[in-house]
Amino acid sequence: MALIQQSSPHAHKARPTSRVMLWVILAVLPGLLAQTLFFGWGNLINVIWCVALAMSTEAAILKMRNKPIGFFLRDNTAAVTGLLLGLSLPQLAPWWVSGVAVITAIVVAKQLYGGLGSNPFNPAMVGYALVLVSFPVAMTTNWAQPATLWAGAPGLSETLSTIFSASQTAIDGWTMATPLDEYKHKIATHTAAEVLQHPTFGDQVARGWEWVNLAFLLGGLILIGLKIITWHVPVAFLAGVGIMSLAFGSNADQYAPLQLHLLAGGTMLGAFFIATDPVSAATSHQGKLIYGACIGILIYLIRTWGNYPDAVAFSVLLMNFAVPFIDHYTPPRTYGHHKSRRGLPSKNGAKS
Amino acid sequence: MSQLWDFSGGIHPPENKIQSTRRPIRTAGIPERLILPLQQHIGVQAEAMVSEGDRVLKGQKIGDVTAGMGVPVHAPTSGIIQAIELRPVPHPSGMSDLCVILQPDGKDEWADLYPVENYQKHDRDEVLQLIRDAGISGMGGAGFPTTIKLRPPRDRKVETLILNGAECEPYITADDMTMRERAAEVVSGMQVMAWILRPSRCVIGIEDNKPEAIAALREAIQGTQIEVSVIPTKYPSGGEKQLVQILTGLEVPSGGIPADIGVMCQNVGTAVAVSRAILEGKPLISRIVTITGDAVQEAGNFDTLLGTPVRALLSEAGLQTNLLNRLVQGGPMMGYTLTTDSVPIVKTSNCVIAATAQELQAPPPEQPCIRCGECAEACPMELLPQQLFWYSKAEEFEKAEHLNLFDCIECGACSYVCPSSIPLVQYYRFAKGEIRTQREEQLKSDRARERFEARQARLEREQQEKEQRRKERAKAAAEAQAKKKAEAEQAAADSEVVDDRSAKAALVQQALERKKAKAAQTKAESSAVQEQPDLETLEKQVTQAEAKLNTMQGMLNEAKAEQADNVDKLERAVAKNHDRVKRAKDALAEARKHVPAEPETPSSE
Ligand code: SF4
Ligand code: SF4
Repeated sequence: MALIQQSSPHAHKARPTSRVMLWVILAVLPGLLAQTLFFGWGNLINVIWCVALAMSTEAAILKMRNKPIGFFLRDNTAAVTGLLLGLSLPQLAPWWVSGVAVITAIVVAKQLYGGLGSNPFNPAMVGYALVLVSFPVAMTTNWAQPATLWAGAPGLSETLSTIFSASQTAIDGWTMATPLDEYKHKIATHTAAEVLQHPTFGDQVARGWEWVNLAFLLGGLILIGLKIITWHVPVAFLAGVGIMSLAFGSNADQYAPLQLHLLAGGTMLGAFFIATDPVSAATSHQGKLIYGACIGILIYLIRTWGNYPDAVAFSVLLMNFAVPFIDHYTPPRTYGHHKSRRGLPSKNGAKS
Repeated sequence: MSQLWDFSGGIHPPENKIQSTRRPIRTAGIPERLILPLQQHIGVQAEAMVSEGDRVLKGQKIGDVTAGMGVPVHAPTSGIIQAIELRPVPHPSGMSDLCVILQPDGKDEWADLYPVENYQKHDRDEVLQLIRDAGISGMGGAGFPTTIKLRPPRDRKVETLILNGAECEPYITADDMTMRERAAEVVSGMQVMAWILRPSRCVIGIEDNKPEAIAALREAIQGTQIEVSVIPTKYPSGGEKQLVQILTGLEVPSGGIPADIGVMCQNVGTAVAVSRAILEGKPLISRIVTITGDAVQEAGNFDTLLGTPVRALLSEAGLQTNLLNRLVQGGPMMGYTLTTDSVPIVKTSNCVIAATAQELQAPPPEQPCIRCGECAEACPMELLPQQLFWYSKAEEFEKAEHLNLFDCIECGACSYVCPSSIPLVQYYRFAKGEIRTQREEQLKSDRARERFEARQARLEREQQEKEQRRKERAKAAAEAQAKKKAEAEQAAADSEVVDDRSAKAALVQQALERKKAKAAQTKAESSAVQEQPDLETLEKQVTQAEAKLNTMQGMLNEAKAEQADNVDKLERAVAKNHDRVKRAKDALAEARKHVPAEPETPSSE
């Protein structure tokens, strides 16, 4: 009789990383659906292209690093990285822009740092930030105009040929400045009422965008409900944006109003799906609150006084830098101790 | 109902308790052979008091601990001692240990028993001695001698006595069935302990997934001061620290024991054993063991003689050998795998799981940590398991310790939830082991260094003293020389003035002066050479001894908290160091008395 020798515990809860990632993928589907319905085929094509490229790049690198390909590909993390890029890049961004973003994310930001779990920066956002600074034209002029799939959006084959053509920019009539961009540039010379006349804003907050954001919010709440993520980062993130907006930007004739900040950009996607990437986020509850809030504050600062109309990528990356520091200073108080042990061990031994 | 508190973290693994609670407790038969390890408790191994060929009676003492911490071992039935030899014992390492092998004669003949009806009329120490002589050590897992636990340090009054009936580990139902069927004994055992400790509150903590046990206990506590506290089911609520927190809202300080905050936890099975020891005079020779798992057909609880081989019990429960894949001693969260089914049931064995391959599956291969934080959410000690893992793996032990590695109770909740199926606890055990070894080495080298330094200091001091004496002598000699010369001159001068009287006076004067000088010299010598350095060294000795005592005390506390098996050794060491400190202090005080009250010369250090 050969008895198995194994150290405790002998029982495990079966929710492996791959399952966690699968839930993340499922939870973004409402958002992707809303994007497709309100902005045409662009995001869907982007997502498929990015995910396929991300997985093949990951496989290639794993082969070069002599790692078991199937074992690592099955964890679904490469797919999630591609997915997040496909969701956040401009709908009509040419294939090579998204391609550069994906390859940077997988090769540089993830694998060169040692693969899953070892990357200090959010891979998708590294890719995004790189193409944003490298191809500013392609990254600002390719946002699809809000036009529903059933009325006005370009057809599937047209969209495909646009994305996979060699040109930097899509056909003029198909694109439109994003609401945040539009507001920021016009408000200097116009009143709020005048700015909001622009078709990008529509009847409610921002045509199409509001639905997309609400759909991502829904997906995010599902993740929290399933305990895939905790509430700390998203809530602190949104609170950070909200408080900054109320404190500094309450005058709509000067600054974009709160509802625009929450529902017109990549806010919800960022709060629930990007900033919550566990690998590059802070770990303790307190740490997550600080991390999320700081991202929210940075987003507001960059959007309002910086050069970029949306700022999720830069804010997340900046806070990724701060994560080790935050982690060192926010450990929980262990049972039986008077206070938590912050910082690093002191030389004279850490007895308490 | 009294207030309950929650502990952070915790998990809800599938309970799997139903399998073994369908049948009442069955009495396991007398096996062909009983294997009785001489060490079934924390402390010193008992020495065999019998030899090969002896006939022993049921309940007869066959081994005892004469010096140090420990409890005796008794014969669970009458029979012949067959051998005293090394046999595999239940231990995570699969090691062998000295065991008395008893061949039962089937008569099951009792030795004389001396029950004590009115224990209240006796001296507390007598009752404690009875508990010790009955061989009782904690039956919940660690096996700490119960008498020692029942005798907390004098300054620690136990306000709350807790009986741990939580039994939060999946599969195990030994305590559950004990409480259902032996509630009266549980209560009477607790009353004995309460009489010894005189706490102001006695509470039995029990998880709400045991309604039958709760009902039975509620019935049994009628007319007593004991309360039954029903707590929510959550693993690891039965962890001592967690149960203390749930029932009292207090936290056991890190490195301390519950007695530090006036609380004591005892196991349900221990209470039954105490009750039998006092009221029936019966020593601890059997216990309730859960035999469960999908590889046995009739899972259930067995009243088992200590020393019964696991194999015999498994076959009584209908083991299907072809299905057996893993044998776990204890529960699935904290138990360890057995390498063989020939190990015996001992005082601490509460459960054996005969698991099939589907039941307890081999964990999937370890994946990288994705920092998801689920482990931290689950940790009942509010640690950061992921960082501990990181530092343990990287062998950055200092950092792991800084993050309170030693507060980890190895409950396994973190490993259980980890989506990357990282065997976290295994890493912590590794790190703890390494740190302990390092510390021992450090201590050894510290001691060697201390010895070397002390020797060096002594040699130096002796050298200095010699030098000093030499100087003093030279000085005295020079003075004497000078004086002689002066005298000679004086005499020469005097010889001119012939005045007997004045000459005599001068001589007297000189003699007096000589005497004075000599006295001064001896005094200088003694205070400079002897007293001064002595005080210093004594002081140094005292601080050194105190420092050492502190480290030893720290180690002891830690060892106690982990119930490591070197506790008694450490205890002795602490006691020795206590004496050393005391002696050093006495010597210092003595020396101080002799030093004149004049200001001390500044020390040269
Ligand atoms: S649960 Fe596992 S993967 Fe998640 S943070 Fe903890 S160790 Fe890492
Ligand atoms: S094994 Fe240790 S680190 Fe893991 S959950 Fe239990 S106490 Fe926390």
